[in-house]
Amino acid sequence: MSTAPLRLVTEQDRSVQIAATIAVPTIESEAQLKALLTSLSGVDAVGAEARAAKLSTRSIKKATKLAAIEMAISMIDLTTLEGADTPGRVTSLCTKAMRPDPRDLTVPAVAAVCVYPDLVAHARSVLGSSPVAVASVATSFPSGRASLKVKLTDVREAVSAGADEIDMVIDRGAFLSGRIGQVYDEVVAVKEACGDAHLKVILETGELATYDNVRRASWIAMLGGADFIKTSTGKVTVNATLPVALVMLEAVRDFAETAGPTIGVKVAGGIRSSKDAIRYLVLVNETVGSTWLTPNLFRFGASSLLNDLLMQRLKQQRGAYVRADEFSVD
Amino acid sequence: MSDARLDVRKTYKLLINGAYPRSESGRSYEVTAAKGDFLANVAQGSRKDVRDAVTAARAAQAKWWNATAYNRGQVIYRLAEMAESRRDELSEHVALAEGVNARTSQKTVSASIDRMVWYAGWTDKIAQVLGGTNPVAGPYFNFSIPVPSGVVGVVCVQDSSLEGFVDAVLAPLCVGNTVVAIASESRPTPAVLLGEMTSSSDFPAGVLNIVTGLADELAPVLAAHEDVDGLDLSGVTTEAADGLAALGAGSIKRVYRPHAQESDSSLRRLRAFVETSTVWHTIGQ
Amino acid sequence: MGDRQLANSQLGSLEYDPAPESASIAKLKSSYGLFIDGKFAAAEADASFATVNPANEESLSMVAHASTADVDRAVVSARHAYDKVWSKTTGAQRSKYLFRIARLIQERSRELAVVETLDNGKPIRESRDVDIPLAAAHFFYYAGWADKLDHAGFGVNPKPLGVAGQIIPWNFPLLMAAWKLAPALAAGNTCVLKPAETTPLSALILAEILEQAELPPGVVNIITGDGSTGAALVDHPDVDKIAFTGSTEVGRMIQQRTAASHKHLTLELGGKGANIVFEDAPIDEMIEGIIDGIFFNQGHVCCAGSRLLVQESVADEVLRRLVRRVEQLRVGDPLDKNTDVGAINSAAQLLRIRQLTDFGESEGATRYTSSCELPQKGYWFAPTVFADVSQSHRIAREEIFGPVLSVLTFRTPEEAVAKANNTNYGLACGVWSEKGSRTLWVAERLRAGVIWANAYNRFDPTSPFGGMRESGFGREGGRHGLEAYLNV
Repeated sequence: MSTAPLRLVTEQDRSVQIAATIAVPTIESEAQLKALLTSLSGVDAVGAEARAAKLSTRSIKKATKLAAIEMAISMIDLTTLEGADTPGRVTSLCTKAMRPDPRDLTVPAVAAVCVYPDLVAHARSVLGSSPVAVASVATSFPSGRASLKVKLTDVREAVSAGADEIDMVIDRGAFLSGRIGQVYDEVVAVKEACGDAHLKVILETGELATYDNVRRASWIAMLGGADFIKTSTGKVTVNATLPVALVMLEAVRDFAETAGPTIGVKVAGGIRSSKDAIRYLVLVNETVGSTWLTPNLFRFGASSLLNDLLMQRLKQQRGAYVRADEFSVD
Repeated sequence: MSDARLDVRKTYKLLINGAYPRSESGRSYEVTAAKGDFLANVAQGSRKDVRDAVTAARAAQAKWWNATAYNRGQVIYRLAEMAESRRDELSEHVALAEGVNARTSQKTVSASIDRMVWYAGWTDKIAQVLGGTNPVAGPYFNFSIPVPSGVVGVVCVQDSSLEGFVDAVLAPLCVGNTVVAIASESRPTPAVLLGEMTSSSDFPAGVLNIVTGLADELAPVLAAHEDVDGLDLSGVTTEAADGLAALGAGSIKRVYRPHAQESDSSLRRLRAFVETSTVWHTIGQ
Repeated sequence: MGDRQLANSQLGSLEYDPAPESASIAKLKSSYGLFIDGKFAAAEADASFATVNPANEESLSMVAHASTADVDRAVVSARHAYDKVWSKTTGAQRSKYLFRIARLIQERSRELAVVETLDNGKPIRESRDVDIPLAAAHFFYYAGWADKLDHAGFGVNPKPLGVAGQIIPWNFPLLMAAWKLAPALAAGNTCVLKPAETTPLSALILAEILEQAELPPGVVNIITGDGSTGAALVDHPDVDKIAFTGSTEVGRMIQQRTAASHKHLTLELGGKGANIVFEDAPIDEMIEGIIDGIFFNQGHVCCAGSRLLVQESVADEVLRRLVRRVEQLRVGDPLDKNTDVGAINSAAQLLRIRQLTDFGESEGATRYTSSCELPQKGYWFAPTVFADVSQSHRIAREEIFGPVLSVLTFRTPEEAVAKANNTNYGLACGVWSEKGSRTLWVAERLRAGVIWANAYNRFDPTSPFGGMRESGFGREGGRHGLEAYLNV
């Protein structure tokens, strides 16, 4: 007896004739933005955490597990963001990004590499015409504590060096002191400076502290022109968590129903195991639906996760637990 | 040539933050059985050991209180399981320490384990007995709950080496405090053994800390330490207790001194180390 | 107004493979006797009946049918055990028996979860994560009261009642057994427990656990059977206390039959819980709460939030999100770890649900039913939401006890309270709002024994549970739960 496959109500089901009621206006002032954010529903922390925990109990096995692992690999932004980064390190990373498992070419390439702006050119040259994108952090990552002028210069240099994607940070100080208009304006300005590059907006959810703040910051970013909203820099104590991702996925879902654009979500920081990655995919699947299960709309910012995914994939194929040294340490 | 097997003797160490260090002072002191023969060299704790124990207890307290009451009960019940499975070892030490026969010491161990079970069952009930709602004369929802004082320093009774120890440490623990206990000076080994059993009982590090040594030296350290919220002076003579209570007044500690005849089912020890927190919330459309 | 089936949407690209829990751990016997005086033995004339897996209609085992004579044997055993053994057992000793039982349930939890799912039809995720852990927790909680009765607020040295006859329903078989046995034993009573006709198995495994715990013979007797067995227990003159959980209809009969007797009585009956949603409810968590309130356990919950009272200003938006969410529920094999909604417990219950739902349509409500595929064999009902329901509709007033939600609207808090209270029941309600003062204002005025704020269907052994008015009287759980089993 089969369990019904999971579906999500889509456009066709709008024939149910109950229209979504939130219409999103163009933002003309901070007061207007504040009013809009205040009109958003609050998040009950207990309920959100319970929902995320329940979805974590989904049992993903066999073919589904293999599919999920390969999907996760293709969604990785393979990241190195250390003060000690060198061209050599970046070369190693890019090589791995293009061909995660040299013995098995059926393993998909990752979505992107993620580096500091001054290593973008080098990453670009190593990747050549590979479909792996170059993502660059910018805007005085990770703190964002610099003038707007400096932050925009940071962005433009990364873009002209060849970055396909920009991961910016919002000004958390401005957010937490109520200057949300400034937060919004900066997103708009960065988006403009990006040109053709895609913009990911890092909310730094660990510093925002509450789910209500995460919801509001998500909306500010989306209204400001983000292509992706991203949880964290990975440089603070609390990074991506399942409940935070849940709130962000709900935000992009609601936004898509109102303003139209489908905005992606990137979870970053502390995601090391395949089990964790699969839990995030289940969250995506059951919150916003399968449309988002593509690297165009969901990413993992991670480094060691890739090897764990490769190990789990191999284990699925071989039927036994494998050693870490099967895969390259870069 | 003798075939008698040489046994491996045990070193009795402190319990601080889930680990078993010797005293930082390097000292130890001789503990004899009640009948006078040598029992063990037990670590002689120093003021610095007490300081480290208090630091560990403080660091562990928030997490211990934030665990569910159910979880705290499970941890304490598991200690009872451990004690039951190692009852002969405990009984042997009680017999040697207290100078009683095996039958009596087994009874003491049984009573002690039953006390552990008693305390295990209090964690998720004390709030229902000590707390409640208050019918204030106004549109407010008003409720009082018992919250732990924080870190409790215990100077354990000198004579009752196991049962007395259990009462002294589990009472503050089961209501959410963490504990630094100075075990009986002359009869420390049953307490040390029970301390070892906390490791296999899922006790988080720092929840129970045991410092062995000289009560005269260590008790004043605990009493004066400003980051200790409560003080149990059961193991101190009346004269010394007066002085220690006065020392404790420096940081307004909650000081517990036992009554002469305290019934087994008295809640006095449980109430000694809780604070009542009362919340008001408006009721209106 | 016809039934509006939601159209099939596109298939997801992360389809979950079947993830079945293995049934082999269950190791069910082909037949079970009655558990009387510490051992299993056949019923009078070897009477027995089959218990069936509602997910596929296959027989699981044969269980004994206790006759009036068998009931008498059980009560005699319980009386003897009370007089000679249990009333002389100290609280500390009773406490340790109960701790043992709690531990054994924990140790055999996987086996119990599988048995529960096979016999009841509920998803394995629920029996594994909710039913079995709560059952163990109940024994742990009451174990800790057995040696502290002086502090329970009923005076010093409160006495038990004697022999308790306990009749439990089929919706949470093991958990209901725990809710009955734990406080009764802690307080010093002996018990005769009658599990529901369609779900006897987990109670019989519990009997094995009682043997392993070395509970003295006769302290707990477990007698399977049908309504006639229960009636014989209710009527038995040597039972001091009757505790019943089930329908209001049967509860009424029991109250009538015991009215002229000396028997103490507690009843936990039906409900038509109102989930009240204000416009400032935390929207996503509220949707989950509504869903959980009515589709958890296939709606076979006495305290189910079977009425949604939503503030009119947000009714359309809430309904839209609700309907979308219903479509995501995974209905199917209860042993599959990814199943959200399992089978209806019996053919009789399924018939009742269908009848009332058909009525709902004919009354004029707008019906939304999940387009999920239902298995061919077994008893199944697709999750259903009725919108545009009025207070006077049958589906707003009668307990359906299935995965069917009725949606009504209100304008003000006062109206919400009036509508929520406009029922003969009074078991549970939910209140969804981010404004604490309003939540408390509403809670004060709701005539319900249990009120959840920004949550639903949350249970804990420390928290008293029970109803007002025709949802019954008496409380289970908490310090209050001891009262039913003490002579105070």
